[in-house]
Amino acid sequence: MKDGKLAAIPRTTPVQSATFTNSVNAEIRRAAATGIYDIRGGGAKRRVPHFEDLLFLGASISRYPLEGYRERCDTRVTLGTRFAKKPIELDIPVTIAGMSFGALSGPAKEALGRGASMAGTSTTTGDGGMTEEERGHSTKLVYQYLPSRYGMNPDDLRRCDAIEVVVGQGAKPGGGGMLLGQKISDRVAEMRNLPKGIDQRSACRHPDWTGPDDLEIKILELREITAWEKPIYIKIGGARPYFDTTLAVKAGADVVVLDGMQGGTAATQDVFIEHVGQPILACIREAVRALQDLGMHREVQLIVSGGIRNGADVAKAMALGADAVAIGTAALIALGDNDPKWESEYQKLGTTTGAYDDWHEGQDPAGITTQDPELMARFDPIEGGRRLNNYLKVMTLEAQTIARACGHNHLHNLEPEDLVALTMEAAAMAKVPLAGTDWYPGKPGF
Amino acid sequence: MQTINLEADGLRSMNAALQGQSTDTNQTSWEIVNPKGSHAIAVGLDAPIEVTVKGSTGYYCAGMNKQATVHINGSAGPGVAENMMSGTVIVDGDASQYAGATGRGGLLVIKGNASSRCGISMKGIDIVVHGNIGHMSAFMAQSGNLVVCGDAGDALGDSIYEARLFVRGSVKSLGADCIEKEMRPEHIEILRDLLEKAGCDAKPEEFKRYGSARQLYNFKIDNAGAY
Ligand SMILES: Cc1cc2nc3c(=O)[nH]c(=O)nc-3n(C[C@H](O)[C@H](O)[C@H](O)COP(=O)(O)O)c2cc1C
Repeated sequence: MKDGKLAAIPRTTPVQSATFTNSVNAEIRRAAATGIYDIRGGGAKRRVPHFEDLLFLGASISRYPLEGYRERCDTRVTLGTRFAKKPIELDIPVTIAGMSFGALSGPAKEALGRGASMAGTSTTTGDGGMTEEERGHSTKLVYQYLPSRYGMNPDDLRRCDAIEVVVGQGAKPGGGGMLLGQKISDRVAEMRNLPKGIDQRSACRHPDWTGPDDLEIKILELREITAWEKPIYIKIGGARPYFDTTLAVKAGADVVVLDGMQGGTAATQDVFIEHVGQPILACIREAVRALQDLGMHREVQLIVSGGIRNGADVAKAMALGADAVAIGTAALIALGDNDPKWESEYQKLGTTTGAYDDWHEGQDPAGITTQDPELMARFDPIEGGRRLNNYLKVMTLEAQTIARACGHNHLHNLEPEDLVALTMEAAAMAKVPLAGTDWYPGKPGF
Repeated sequence: MQTINLEADGLRSMNAALQGQSTDTNQTSWEIVNPKGSHAIAVGLDAPIEVTVKGSTGYYCAGMNKQATVHINGSAGPGVAENMMSGTVIVDGDASQYAGATGRGGLLVIKGNASSRCGISMKGIDIVVHGNIGHMSAFMAQSGNLVVCGDAGDALGDSIYEARLFVRGSVKSLGADCIEKEMRPEHIEILRDLLEKAGCDAKPEEFKRYGSARQLYNFKIDNAGAY
């Protein structure tokens, strides 16, 4: 009787903390056990205001649409019209972002070149220098000029199609690079002029310039070495987009590449990826405002990146004022990264499809982010290139579909007036009205 | 001898003329007058020519040089011979910051002093400084030789990889993971050869060698304070 009464007293159900979640606690335990921060690949995984918080209005009585399949919607873009003698002409405004050889295998770089070339767009080298695979298979290749200067040489500068001075990256504005010993194969070590098997750190600042005045002179040197032919891009992370864009233009950039916090990285501290830098949505309008204030919008082209996944994202980025976009993570997924067919192997690595981000460890079941010959052999660069081409084509068709629906005959004609925001945050960042209103936070006159 | 008046002809036409020389050119001797501290003089050369700059230069003189010998009859601004691949660059006066930065080959001789970050991130270049060098020199130096006949400033060789540093005078302090190392006969030979090429009469035996303790090569928690 007594026992029965006790059993009937209602109990508090166990409550999980919203602050100390299971994954937070697991990370505390991991830190306590190892004494080192978590390093991983990929971009910010937390939810931040992004392109899905925007919608296109489409056509109506006041705007009439273009006929799909019949009325043309152009997608071409020219990059580097300001100073370069040989600007880059692309068929589509989706480019492949810089990803290092070392982080990626040679065949993966080849596939990026193949896919991009078939689709009529450019690909980009990365930390670690230019490989024959990618130069050979890329009709338009952008050569990154990074703080580490691994593999940097004047011959590659002259045989590239554009030069990208990397100041920052969205995943880690203010951070350098890291390539752990496991991935320093003989070939990677030789290209970087380092002993095999050591952890290789790339500096966060350039060794021979600091600040915008020096950068202007550095760009002069690069132009003189390449006879003023190549467009010079400056890549910045999404930190202070208004000022950084202004200074990049002042320093002489032909093109500004702006990368938000969702942008991938090969290997960076998780705390850096998740807590430093702004979402790309918060950066585009500020960069465009800087260009407009200088009278340079469309004269200096703007490429944006960080979490671009489909043609809608492309169209939204362009409507906010970008001239083109760049993709990293999505291109790797198109090649076969994080594919469910490797699930059992992801499980063995303690992870699962879609969550695999230990790219720096070199054990990629898909054979893309590795230097291990056996794993690399799983990846077919011809098939990879074909898949990337398909994906780029789909993105372009999707963006065109939206542009036509908004009545535009060129993707460049998309404009902020085509958009509304679903949330207050997105409205404030993109400076487009909250759906159903004519207002956004910060709008002058309210 | 071809003479280019930089002030009158302009930077682009001067660099275009020098860059236009091929490996078998017979116009091997060039003189640049009125440099007036201009930036990016004689950059990206790729022929066995000899270029004498009659005066001081601004930033990045002889940047990315291949094959050529560039002789500066004055002082050089920041980043002289940056990322040099091969050839020789000689500065009669002093050199500003980042001399020989990221250089991959060739020989850079500085007859005066070099400022901070001399040989930063060097990747195979040989640098001989007749005078002193400033702080943070040979930061993250990967390979090649840095010879200093005078003294070195603070934090020499911080985070150094496999470059060899030879200093005759004092070293104000060594950077993280840089230690004094034994001077073995092969090092004396390397040094003797470099001193001779650089026209320096110091004796190899007077130098000490510094290099990497290789403790930061793979992350160890006990070293966290040094990162
Ligand atoms: C595997 C990998 C390697 C990368 N390597 C570099 C690099 O070497 N240099 C660089 O500027 N950015 C690098 N990035 C960043 C990309 O250039 C780009 O900014 C980013 O991937 C764009 O965002 P997204 O991944 O969301 O498309 C890398 C990204 C990835 C995923």
